[in-house]
Amino acid sequence: MSHHLILRVVAKFLIPLILVYGLYVHFHGEVSPGGGFQAGVLVASAFILHALIFGLNKTRPIARPGVLKAIAAGGVLLYGGTGVAGMLFGGEFLHYGVLAADPVKGQHLGIILIELGVLFTVASVMLLIFYAFAGRQKPEAQ
Amino acid sequence: MSGIEWLGVILLVLGALLGLVGGIGVLRFPDFFTRLHAAGVTDTLATGLFLSGLACLFGDWQATLKLALIFFFVLFTSPTASHALAKAALHGGLKPWKRREDPHG
Repeated sequence: MSHHLILRVVAKFLIPLILVYGLYVHFHGEVSPGGGFQAGVLVASAFILHALIFGLNKTRPIARPGVLKAIAAGGVLLYGGTGVAGMLFGGEFLHYGVLAADPVKGQHLGIILIELGVLFTVASVMLLIFYAFAGRQKPEAQ
Repeated sequence: MSGIEWLGVILLVLGALLGLVGGIGVLRFPDFFTRLHAAGVTDTLATGLFLSGLACLFGDWQATLKLALIFFFVLFTSPTASHALAKAALHGGLKPWKRREDPHG
């Protein structure tokens, strides 16, 4: 794949923009279509594009499977932790209104935090599934 | 309707006609490369016409900025996708179609 000059140039230019667009979809998901899941898929697609153009051996050191597993677990922890934080501040599980002094601000904060957890988990699990399929070797001849 | 709305409608109709021409080209051309040509060339211009027509109809600078960004991305990704497809087909050993030398052969 090292001789695909046009693909490499366009991919280098597009990958950061795809990541920024993923974050836009995440933070704008509150008021427009979008949210953590879609943003996670977009972030994962940036890395998958990198793997398709530059090869899996170049992508694996950037996004290591071990780190991705930790991020996937951390996203679930962030989601659950936000819910438990609502309980600790005196509300129900996943009650965002008590997270800040102003209930509306608390709701903004809560939804952004749990969607961030969804983004982390979805992006890293998508990449791990991609690694699992793309790294599969041909079965040994019997 | 005001002049700018008519301009938007005309641009949308032109874009739709161009998309139709591209679709007919994809159906009627003889082989993969010519079909890719029909799809790739018309898609970029049709998208540009659609997006500028929508920008005229919205008349709102935020929507126009988003449409301009979409056009910018399509301008880069659509020819790159066509290039990648054509290159993959050529490397895969697909021979481009040629008109036969003698019409009776």
